Amino acid sequence: MSGAPKITLATAWLDGCSGCHMSFLDLDERLIELAEKVTIVYSPIVDTKELPAGTDVGILEGSVSTEEDLHKARMFRERCKFLISLGDCAVSGNVPSMRNTYDLDDVFDRAFIENAQAQPQRPSESLPTLLDTAIPIHHAVAVDLFVQGCPPPADAIWFVLTELLAGRTPDPTQVTRFGA
Amino acid sequence: MARHPATPAAAPKVRVVTLKIDGHDIGAREDETILNAANDNGIRIPTLCYLEGLSEWGACRMCVVEVAGSPKLMTACSTRVAEGMEVTTNSDRLQRYRRTILELLFAERNHICSVCVSNGHCELQSLARACGMDHVRVPYRNAAYAVDSSHDLFRIDQNRCILCTRCVRVCDEIEGAHTWDVMGRGVDSQVITDLNQPWGQSTSCTGCSKCVQVCPTGALVKKGTAAGEMEKQGGFLPYLTEMRGNR
Repeated sequence: MSGAPKITLATAWLDGCSGCHMSFLDLDERLIELAEKVTIVYSPIVDTKELPAGTDVGILEGSVSTEEDLHKARMFRERCKFLISLGDCAVSGNVPSMRNTYDLDDVFDRAFIENAQAQPQRPSESLPTLLDTAIPIHHAVAVDLFVQGCPPPADAIWFVLTELLAGRTPDPTQVTRFGA
Repeated sequence: MARHPATPAAAPKVRVVTLKIDGHDIGAREDETILNAANDNGIRIPTLCYLEGLSEWGACRMCVVEVAGSPKLMTACSTRVAEGMEVTTNSDRLQRYRRTILELLFAERNHICSVCVSNGHCELQSLARACGMDHVRVPYRNAAYAVDSSHDLFRIDQNRCILCTRCVRVCDEIEGAHTWDVMGRGVDSQVITDLNQPWGQSTSCTGCSKCVQVCPTGALVKKGTAAGEMEKQGGFLPYLTEMRGNR
């Protein structure tokens, strides 16, 4: 098969700090090499608005903390053949899950009233409904590969992607760890 | 059972037994544990509550091994070798159990590495990596535990405690203060100072910091450390125990 079709890749960022995406961009010049083999079909770093069905690889950063996160996680699972949890928030809940020991009302008060500089009030619209607890992706939908790290180093992301492109299943614990 | 007298005038003869660990023929003193015999022969068995220089505890179950002929798994740290024993230290089943143990530990309290003072210097974190524990399948408990910062120099964060009791043992067996002990049952268990008084008000604590140095996680730490800054030096223990003639 000459001119093999490119692998399609989608990424999204749920309840996280975008650091994992920054680490992905830290692939630097390797992004060019990646672009020769992979088409990014949906991501915060491209303009596409719709995640195509049948995408080969989906990468999710961040934990599932809102109804919208839950919807996105389910959409990724449905439309991606291989789903990767990227980074500690996606894999373990990490920092977003540290609110889990508090009552949701207290969390809202802390964020929107106690720490508000002006107009302290609870948001009543435009924000997705917060779930009772922030959970790892795999507690919401099935995940195929877990890449730890806060964030996972660019080298670890490169290792995972190139192994997958070579048709092998990588073991990310060889190159990264929780809290890395 | 009576212990051997402290004066080793005529050292009791210790028999040497032969056994197999992971297929290797090994000779060991009959009073040795499987863990020691394995370590002496370069076979690494993961441990967490075990610490050379302290009494055996056998609580964490990380060091479980299979012994041929026994349906039960044995803790390598607290099981003596025996003649003809055949030990397996790293079967698929054992690896699976060890990962499960780690998952349960991570799910029980707050073990979020990225914001922990012990990030990068934590035995629990290292073990997760070494054992390939890459995610936790069980639900996180999301339970809040107390943090006691009342001591001038040190802090105890119960959220990071795995109840290995190294602090309890080092304080009792090496420092001789017995400030630490364990209170409660099950997931409510926690290490306490004196009669569950704030650490800073403890009349028995000598402030020696041995408990901090042997704690495998970020539960017992020096104050004033930020994320990743808490490095511990537990290497003094075997030296201390040897110098005092193994008690």
